[in-house]
Amino acid sequence: MAPETSSAVTLNINGEKYTLSVDHRTTLLDALRERLDLTGAKKGCDQGQCGACTVLLDGRRAVSCLQLAVAAEGREITTIEGLAEGDRLHPVQQAFLDLDGYQCGYCTPGQICSAVAVIEEHAAGWPSAVTDDVRPEAGPAPLSAEEIRERMSGNLCRCGAYVAIVEAVGQAAATAADRIGTEEVTAV
Amino acid sequence: MSTATEAHGKAIGVPHVRVEGRDKVTGAARYAGEVPFPDLAHGWLVLSTVARGRVRFIDTAPVLGMPGVLAVLHHGNALPVDISWVDPQLGPPDATLGVFQQDLVPYAGWPVALVVAETSEQAREAAEALKVDYDQEAHDVALSYDHPGVYPLVGPLRPATEEKGDLAAELAASDVVVDAEYATGQGHHNPMEPHAVTARWEGDRLEVLDSNQGSPFVANALAQTFSLEPTAVRVRTEHVGGAFGSKSQARTHHVAAAMAARILDRPVRVVLTRRQMFSLTGYRSATIQRIRLGANPEGKLRAVEHRSLCQTSTTYEYVEASTMMTRMMYDADAHHTANLAVRLDVPTPGFMRAPGEAPGSFALECAMDELAEKCGIDPIELRLRNEPERGPISGREYSARNVVACFREGARRFGWAERDPRPGVRREGRWLLGTGTAAATYPMHVMPSSASVTANADATFTVRIAASDLGTGARTALTLAAADALEVAPERVRVEIGDTAFGFAMVAAASAGTRSWVFAIRKAVAQLREQLSQGAAVPPEGVTVMANTFAEAGALHHDDKERHTYGAQFAEVAVDPATGEVRVRRMLGMFAVGQIINPLTARSQFIGGMTWGISMALHEEAALDEATGSLVGADFAGYHISAHADVPAIEADWVDDPDPGDPVGIKGIGEIGNVGAAAAIANAVWHATGVRQRQLPIRPDRVLLATPGA
Repeated sequence: MAPETSSAVTLNINGEKYTLSVDHRTTLLDALRERLDLTGAKKGCDQGQCGACTVLLDGRRAVSCLQLAVAAEGREITTIEGLAEGDRLHPVQQAFLDLDGYQCGYCTPGQICSAVAVIEEHAAGWPSAVTDDVRPEAGPAPLSAEEIRERMSGNLCRCGAYVAIVEAVGQAAATAADRIGTEEVTAV
Repeated sequence: MSTATEAHGKAIGVPHVRVEGRDKVTGAARYAGEVPFPDLAHGWLVLSTVARGRVRFIDTAPVLGMPGVLAVLHHGNALPVDISWVDPQLGPPDATLGVFQQDLVPYAGWPVALVVAETSEQAREAAEALKVDYDQEAHDVALSYDHPGVYPLVGPLRPATEEKGDLAAELAASDVVVDAEYATGQGHHNPMEPHAVTARWEGDRLEVLDSNQGSPFVANALAQTFSLEPTAVRVRTEHVGGAFGSKSQARTHHVAAAMAARILDRPVRVVLTRRQMFSLTGYRSATIQRIRLGANPEGKLRAVEHRSLCQTSTTYEYVEASTMMTRMMYDADAHHTANLAVRLDVPTPGFMRAPGEAPGSFALECAMDELAEKCGIDPIELRLRNEPERGPISGREYSARNVVACFREGARRFGWAERDPRPGVRREGRWLLGTGTAAATYPMHVMPSSASVTANADATFTVRIAASDLGTGARTALTLAAADALEVAPERVRVEIGDTAFGFAMVAAASAGTRSWVFAIRKAVAQLREQLSQGAAVPPEGVTVMANTFAEAGALHHDDKERHTYGAQFAEVAVDPATGEVRVRRMLGMFAVGQIINPLTARSQFIGGMTWGISMALHEEAALDEATGSLVGADFAGYHISAHADVPAIEADWVDDPDPGDPVGIKGIGEIGNVGAAAAIANAVWHATGVRQRQLPIRPDRVLLATPGA
């Protein structure tokens, strides 16, 4: 008897439930792109090295090419398609658009999903490798350009749009939180 | 009535967000591998694991029995195809278009089979299970000046060698001589979107959905290869996830997909893996370059010699023409340049962002910095003293040569006047600091294109041209240029691109795409306005005019001017002599590039090119295993491209660059940001440490081995 090679799963994506039968080898990325026609998450390397497939799993960023679809059941999955509210872009999307934080656009959904989580991670007080003072009582350091670059480094961009991406993330973060001034986040 | 060349409106020169920008930031933009097709089958390529030999046996039976597998194509069962044709612009095709036509294996990563299955998972597993036996032969993959096969190789536009004057005599008479060897690493384009194609036959018509830089070129190649009428192939490309030269022509996956679709009589999609892209989509050869400069004590050049060696494959002759910049940049009584190649058992290299100029400018502009040091002259002053009146080899006048303005304005903004020329004297904690500069230039081409413009009954206009937007902002730039020519707001203009149904257009390459396309669009607009000026009402189906610049572009291409763009690059670096780490702290690029259409996206393109310069200077180098003849770590972990944390604040701007004799006024900006950037960084590393780094990338180990006291 042939081994069982597929299962029915229910995935919770952008607030909607999708039930489908998937090959056990199917990654979350391929399920999104090839089964559910959610092609916003991109396949740049298929081995977790480029970040183009970044989505949010329970609010935290994850590379969906290293996640099996069958293992994503029960988790809140947010893709680039789930960020805007109707015609109103998410502040990060708007900042990328206004400041030209992209060129070919292929890494862009991953960059934007990452940026959304970066801003939340920073606001929640998570330090990064370039945070000088990591004691909890020190409080969050300003979301400097250096902090953004460090935290966004899992998302490659071959067009070389990093300078504008960092500006866009800084601007979106400033919009999101009044306590962070524009000058601080765009300082070199 | 304004003519095409006089048309100026209000859109050009004003920042505009990309017309497709909203689709790109919401994930709505669909790339080639993302368009659903009913009954789609998935192809997965199998590449050779030996670097030279023959395929002895392919064990297809077990794989054909795997779930979902539809076919295994290989040299024993492939459809015959013809690759004896020659493209008028690109020349003959590489042997990789002759997919599965022979058992010969000329390099590691050569396509030996295509497995087609119902799903991509099934195709991949079957492809990985396919057993291929080879008769392996000894291979030769090591690039070296001592290789017996080194020979002069003619480039796409100029001879292999160009010489004037007595080099030995002028060098002997020179008071100051620089004699140095430079080397650059093997580079791979690595656009973020892997190459993807879907092919579907309708009778004897071939429909292709693709990611490419020029649908007309891909269509022509497929028509010729499958012996079809040119009009029997339609290729479309909407959004392209980066290309940089790697998507400039038809390649293995196009032919393989079309062949499988023919055999199975259903649509077939082939998407390359990141690893497959390293051997199937071209790359920039490593180079070894020798430069000798001779000058008088004031730094005036008497002798210039530049010899550059690259590799090519045994199946195709491609030369990385790294001496092209030297031929037009500086003059000397003796001026000798040579582009050399050696044929190895390696994949065929090809055009990669600023082909020739990127590695060539590294060697030339580092050598000029070394000459400035030896003469005790500021590097910018040295270049000002060597500004030529005419093309050193061609004798032609320059149409516009505003490199001096770039250096002057760049020096002012960068704070060059305060620079202490002494190397190795600035310390900040563990870091040694330095600054460097270099010139940039890139040829200015214009190529024939055709465009149509339709005046619609609702007072909008539709422009159709088989252009490609690789992320350059071309779709937006063409919208703005067309709006100004029509003297209407850009919101009333819609530009459709990427479809061979729109006629022939220049491939998006050589920084000539937008320039060539605007030339054609303006001509079509002028003719349309002429028609509309008769006063008749626009009928419901609209009024369409199609025009081409076949004659005009040809005349301009062969005129008697040196036509180039220019720039000046500045970089500040910090070097940790204990670890060898080099960090770029800031960069500035000033460019003289004619009229800028969209300042928002132009800035992005310049900065993108300069970011490539950082990547080339510090990171990019494909590692070849000479024992197996294949690459080690052919992925983003083994082949590092600059990431966020590698890239500092970069400023790019431009100077006025009027060029009254140019009928377009718009020049290309896709490559020049990449030219000279690595040299500016390498010169800054010398200024920081006092040690010349003549081999790219400037890896920590190379810094450690070269820096005294480290």
